[in-house]
Amino acid sequence: MDTRILVLFGGLIAILATASVVGYALSRRDATAEARATVANLNARVRAWWLMVAIFAVAFLLGKGVTLVLFALTSFYCLREFITLTPTRPADHRAVAAAFYLFIPLQYWLIWADWLSVFTIAIPVYAFLLLPVLAVLSGETQDFLQRTAKIQWGLMLTVYCISHAPALLLLDVPGHEGDNFLWLFFLIATVQLSDVLQYVFGKLFGRRKVAPRVSPSKTWEGLIGGGLSAMGIGAALFWITPFTPVEAAAMAFVIVLAGFCGGLVLSAIKRSLGAKDWGTMIEGHGGALDRMDSVTFAAPLFFHLTNYFFAT
Amino acid sequence: MMAALLRRLLIGATRFLVGGHARWVGTQPSHVQRIYFANHGSHLDTILLWAALPGELRRTTHPVAAADYWGATPSRRFVAREILNCVLIDRKKGSADPLEPVRAVLARGESIVIFPEGTRGTEPLPGPFKSGLFNLGRTFPEAELVPVYLDNLSRAFPKGAWLPAPISCSVRFGEPLRIGPEEEREAFLERARSAVIALSKPVPQG
Repeated sequence: MDTRILVLFGGLIAILATASVVGYALSRRDATAEARATVANLNARVRAWWLMVAIFAVAFLLGKGVTLVLFALTSFYCLREFITLTPTRPADHRAVAAAFYLFIPLQYWLIWADWLSVFTIAIPVYAFLLLPVLAVLSGETQDFLQRTAKIQWGLMLTVYCISHAPALLLLDVPGHEGDNFLWLFFLIATVQLSDVLQYVFGKLFGRRKVAPRVSPSKTWEGLIGGGLSAMGIGAALFWITPFTPVEAAAMAFVIVLAGFCGGLVLSAIKRSLGAKDWGTMIEGHGGALDRMDSVTFAAPLFFHLTNYFFAT
Repeated sequence: MMAALLRRLLIGATRFLVGGHARWVGTQPSHVQRIYFANHGSHLDTILLWAALPGELRRTTHPVAAADYWGATPSRRFVAREILNCVLIDRKKGSADPLEPVRAVLARGESIVIFPEGTRGTEPLPGPFKSGLFNLGRTFPEAELVPVYLDNLSRAFPKGAWLPAPISCSVRFGEPLRIGPEEEREAFLERARSAVIALSKPVPQG
């Protein structure tokens, strides 16, 4: 096996082990109820991270098929959360069923089949046209536009956008054959670390809120501190990518920015639907979509930039 | 053996597609004899409510199911009888007492699940209740009457659909009711219906 993968996962395990030890030490300390709640939340996050890293490691070891199934399941859970919070009606059932049972398998099968041209248009063109047709067959016209739009938004965000992460496995970059899994690692690690570091910097130094009405936890201090650190980590990971250190930092910059926008937009959607978290699936993390919100925006950008500037 | 395996599969598939997490809002799981009554939006209701109960309670809890649907084909009858522990009743008019088999189960001291609307509704909130719930409650006054609200199922698996859409559903168990000694049939049925509706309001997170 590629020694770089061993180094990466070894590094992750070291970081998480440190986090677990620190979390355990903090939880033993006498503190205010509020501080205890923060520490408990932190420890729940760390435990969920262990699980996610374990799942990722299995996917990486077992290859493309398993990775695609993993991401398809992620899309499935995210779409389920999105539709659950969205007040669809019984009349939307056909459209919703098609989104789940037709377009999720199709989108990921297209990656498996290496069919990039159809992968790019299947959902934005064909699902876009088919879903309203299925909905109109039920004969219910009330709020038709809103209902159609909600399902299409959900499908675009949770399936189309997220599928661009494993679509990195399709790209051919001369001189870096077989490294695709590492770029996927680069994307996910940068997005998730950027989220975590923004949270940490925000907790430590956060003063000025970026968008108090949308997401009270997002601060300028968190964004800048967390974003710069994530860029540093991105640059330090250049050796697993086709990029130079400067290019890797620039890519990380794009990922941080897109991820931040994704978090903000999905937070606004969540609030307009009257919820705090997308779900309760992952302990300490809310729903699956609460963890994937940044990926939805970062994955397509990272995919296209890599494809345009580096792939053949 | 076969039934046990299929039971696991069915519960697993239901969890995967529609979640169905139990929320014990007004009561806790208990071996006390109970009559669970819930709103009825789809055929999945029976499976979901039953799957939401802890394993050891499932053995002594029998959903009441309509024989004209669950008894219509051998495979459905197998699922209803062997897997879900259902009591099948004949809801056609004219038959002697459709609830007779249900009484037999309650007389053994076991619990049941009924859908007092009698048929699947299309709305998220339940329609008027039929009097079976009241009659059973009067006959078996020691049984707790537990209201249950099934959230989202009417859109996850609406009437006429042949495949459930994956929408997370929850099963909320409310505070048990008792029929007052002087309470009239209509007044109680309305109170029972309101108890189910009250559970449909979002509960505070935490």
